[in-house]
Amino acid sequence: MVLARLRVAIWITCLLPLARLAWLGTTGGLGANPIEFVTRSTGTWTLVILLATLCVTPLRQLTGWTELVRVRRLLGLFAFFYACVHFSIWIGVDQFFDWPAMLKDILKRPFITVGFAGLLLLVPLAVTSTDAMRRRLKRNWARLHMLVYAVPVLGVLHYWWLVKKGVQTPFPYTVAVAVLLGWRLLVWVRRAR
Amino acid sequence: MHLIRRPDIAPSEITPRDTWLDRRSFLGGAAAGAAALASGGLLAPLAAQAATAPREKLAGVKKSNWTVAETLTPYQDVTTYNNYYEFGTDKADPAENAHTLKTRPWTVRVEGECAKPATFGIEDILKLAPLEERVYRMRCVEAWSMVIPWVGYSLSELLKRVEPTGNAKFVEFATLADPQTMPGVRGRVLQWPYVEGLRIDEAMHPLTLLTMGVYGEVLPNQNGAPVRLVVPWKYGFKSAKSIVRIRLVEKMPVTAWNRSQPSEYGFFSNVNPEVDHPRWSQAKERRIGEFRKRDTLPFNGYAEQVASLYTGMDLRKWF
Repeated sequence: MVLARLRVAIWITCLLPLARLAWLGTTGGLGANPIEFVTRSTGTWTLVILLATLCVTPLRQLTGWTELVRVRRLLGLFAFFYACVHFSIWIGVDQFFDWPAMLKDILKRPFITVGFAGLLLLVPLAVTSTDAMRRRLKRNWARLHMLVYAVPVLGVLHYWWLVKKGVQTPFPYTVAVAVLLGWRLLVWVRRAR
Repeated sequence: MHLIRRPDIAPSEITPRDTWLDRRSFLGGAAAGAAALASGGLLAPLAAQAATAPREKLAGVKKSNWTVAETLTPYQDVTTYNNYYEFGTDKADPAENAHTLKTRPWTVRVEGECAKPATFGIEDILKLAPLEERVYRMRCVEAWSMVIPWVGYSLSELLKRVEPTGNAKFVEFATLADPQTMPGVRGRVLQWPYVEGLRIDEAMHPLTLLTMGVYGEVLPNQNGAPVRLVVPWKYGFKSAKSIVRIRLVEKMPVTAWNRSQPSEYGFFSNVNPEVDHPRWSQAKERRIGEFRKRDTLPFNGYAEQVASLYTGMDLRKWF
């Protein structure tokens, strides 16, 4: 019951950023450079939801509420969804399907390279997120899904490389990634002893 | 819906600005609550509204021949989408924060390698030469662009008054850095004050505009009031805002962005589609208000006027 409510809350919360963009878009509220606004917004929300996904395990360990793990997939898929929207806007709106230019950017611009790498890493995770795939992959499923730890690191790197020197907006996200991955390292070291 | 390409008629041509503002203030009340919700802050829309309120009209402005026949970027966008790091690094920050800037009294000290160094009050600067309206393209190093009707006169008019000597090879512009009124100056995004520079022939070029107004009115604070530079064939950051000191010097000045990131921001920073910024291409730009990117022009379309200043120079090396 609680879990079902939590699921509904996650659905609503995760769809709000998209609804906000749609509303701002129809009321002229996206500012002077709407394409930049939408690109940045969806990028930020990808990172936020990714971090929320990474919060599930520490919260479970702290509270002992094991059922919580059952919302992790939903959160992960929403992060993947926003990453796809972010990428699609870059392809279809920002670059307007200029394939040679995009290929050049992916190869030549480090911030685009790492962003693209992060998205690529999310693809196998989304594909293997079903119960059937999980059963099929057995122990390898958990191994494969360790990839998720690399994605926010790439995401934060993508952000730092994009902003001008001195701009500190990626800083809070960097701290969050460090804390969430550091927690896992701590748990892992304790268990190993 | 902003994502749709605007018609090729400037809004300013359809609706007189006064009427448009009347309608805005009428709608403003109803929209304020909704807008507050949208921006996530209660005070932001109010500040932004004040930031785009009508300003003192500049009298006796004549049209200039230095004008491009392109659709003007709307006043609203020109005055709310700004890079002015002294007031914050977000594009919306200057319009929200720059109300604290005090533009009167204001003086500009002109000194260095010249026969008659002098301090000019802003009132004198406004009367020093006839004011002209010039519609210039503005290309930001971040690959977006605008078309803006500036008001001012050639910087050479001011520089001639102080009689530069033969040693004056460069001109350095220092801008206001007041931690009391400028929140960004309390941070360390750049080394303050913001310093920019031009070679003397660039500074004396008639296109280089000492700018006191935009859209027929005095400059809004977020656009660099009360007096700024506009160098239309260079990336926007070369056009220093809120200038307090101009110094004629023999050596190439160390400019703020060049000091911060020399591999990314050269001294010349002429708009050049063939020389990429290390992190992005400069071949195309997004004109604010347009959907598709357009090709960036060499020297931002002013090659005919300024390319000769750089004959024999390797523009890849002197980017």
